[in-house]
Amino acid sequence: MQVSRSHLNPSVSARPLARRRTIVPFLALSGGLVLIIAFSLAHGSVSLTVKELWLAILGQGTDVHTTILWDLRLPRVLAALMVGSSLGLAGALLQGMLRNGLASPFLLGISAGAGLVVVLLVGIGIWQIWVPLGAWAGAVFTAVMVYFLACTRNRLSVERLILSGVAFSTFFGAIQSMLLLLSEDGRIQAALTWLIGSLNGRGWKEVSMVWPIFAIAILLGCLLARQVNILSLGDDLATGLGTSLLRSRLMIGAVATILAAGAVSVAGLVGFVGLIVPHGVRLLVGTDYRLVLPFSALGGALVLATADLIARSGPTELPVGVVTSVLGAPVFIWLLYRRSSGGMV
Amino acid sequence: MSNRQPGTPQHLTPKVKGGSAASEQQDMLRDKTAVSAAGPSQSFEPSSSSTPSAGESCFQAHNVVGGYGVQNIIHGIDLSLIQGEWLTLVGANGSGKSTFLRFLSRILKPSAGTVLLDHQDIHRLNPTTVARKLALLPQQQTLPAGLTVEQLVSLGRSPHQPWWQWELDASGWEKVDQALLWTELESYRHRPVSDLSGGERQRAFLALALAQEPQVLLLDEPTTFLDIHYQLQLLELLRRLNQERSLSIITVLHDINLATRYSDRLAMMRQGKLWAIGPTTEVLTPANLKAVFDVDAVILDTPVGLQICPLAPPDTSGAAP
Repeated sequence: MQVSRSHLNPSVSARPLARRRTIVPFLALSGGLVLIIAFSLAHGSVSLTVKELWLAILGQGTDVHTTILWDLRLPRVLAALMVGSSLGLAGALLQGMLRNGLASPFLLGISAGAGLVVVLLVGIGIWQIWVPLGAWAGAVFTAVMVYFLACTRNRLSVERLILSGVAFSTFFGAIQSMLLLLSEDGRIQAALTWLIGSLNGRGWKEVSMVWPIFAIAILLGCLLARQVNILSLGDDLATGLGTSLLRSRLMIGAVATILAAGAVSVAGLVGFVGLIVPHGVRLLVGTDYRLVLPFSALGGALVLATADLIARSGPTELPVGVVTSVLGAPVFIWLLYRRSSGGMV
Repeated sequence: MSNRQPGTPQHLTPKVKGGSAASEQQDMLRDKTAVSAAGPSQSFEPSSSSTPSAGESCFQAHNVVGGYGVQNIIHGIDLSLIQGEWLTLVGANGSGKSTFLRFLSRILKPSAGTVLLDHQDIHRLNPTTVARKLALLPQQQTLPAGLTVEQLVSLGRSPHQPWWQWELDASGWEKVDQALLWTELESYRHRPVSDLSGGERQRAFLALALAQEPQVLLLDEPTTFLDIHYQLQLLELLRRLNQERSLSIITVLHDINLATRYSDRLAMMRQGKLWAIGPTTEVLTPANLKAVFDVDAVILDTPVGLQICPLAPPDTSGAAP
């Protein structure tokens, strides 16, 4: 009666090994994140030593140091972490759902919708206060339109979704370019900074406004991992496994839209993070989305915090979107090269 | 892993189980190896274990009508599957057999008619409830890069998992192990599915469907991309599942000889309708073959039962001036 299963099944003991394989990337990413956060808090026009940083954290340092740390650097770092993790997660969700490695959080027309509204607001001369809300509304509105166009007879096909995203992006992008050409010189500058994406001057106001939405959406996004795994098997098999294609695509799209729209409203159109981070994460942990999704959130936070640190380390501060694109594009090319030489992406 | 329970007896391999059931299973196994080794002659036994009158109907189609768009491809099909039987849909290209299977598997919704699983309409039931009883092996599979065999098969448990359950529990892993055992894929457990050969890959997707623990398994041309060896291997495996676990099977098969050899009943389809349905020996007639495939054929009695030998499409001789 008592038969040893390991005798029948020599590979049973190998399953914890797979778990161990995820611990190393987790420690590496979170260790890197802690380091980058510490660097970001210490580094700047006024550099803090380790001791000064520690005293400021405890609130026992000089007033200047405490103000710099708590009111300037910490909220900005938090904003970078939130925006980065939501872009990473949204990109991973969409790449998984659309079974397409080229999908980015902005594929569903989010960037074009948000950009158009922001350029309109800037053109009219309303600035600052309404931009985050306007960007959010434009992003969500466009994503809803894209979904509406892609939906036919209670079916939602991946191809239609991608195509309608491209259609709306092109259309709104064209109007946006036209408006930019027509607007006054000073305003173009302001609109461009937003369009490229920047974390300059983000403070507690932005962070405290959006963090609950980010927290809920990131949690929801990670809970959708099993759905994404099943969708990656193809429409027929996913249906056979009891998944409603329409419902799960709506849910995944909704969560990704909320994440990306939130990121856009805080930091503008920060490119490449949502595209590259999931690819890098898949190299680290494989294709199981139960791992890919949380790791993409973690990786996105690390990448954007690093990029922001680089962006404000130069003699003049760059928009963080420039850094992610300039550094992201070569990384993407390298990933593609690895893939063609037999690497697994 | 901590949630595994070593020594749980109910799912052990035939090799270690004692008693008469095991020796029966061993015979099956031997029978199976004999097919690939010593030729097919010993393997053929008319699988009449499930005579239509004995079993109970578990899966029915009532007057199913529908197609992909506005135009109907299926024009009213009635069909009833008996628990534990193997029914094969055959027909010419474009006769609608794959489309009909898509209605049966809930991929398409018929514009009229119903498909009943245990007397309940599968298009109205909760999809997850259906997936616990009805599994599908599609003709073409999407292969996620880097997914291992074990990960793939464990996805078959998802209809049985509550949405909040992140990882399979012990009994879930047990079912996965069992499915890998049946399909002889244990040693491939940690290999990426994309590295497997066509036959192994098909077995991996079959293992996924088995992990679902279905009553009814639907297969859309499961042998299309396989060579003759893997075709027989897969169909023999299905026969074992059919006989030992009384899994009800509906396949779409192009190869009428394989269909005849393995199924209990044939459903011959022509232009979106059922032309003939019945035990293979009864419906396999030259007249039916001519009507359904438009070929002249003779029926031969071979060591593996009745088989057909197509002679020629009838038009070629008559059309010549």
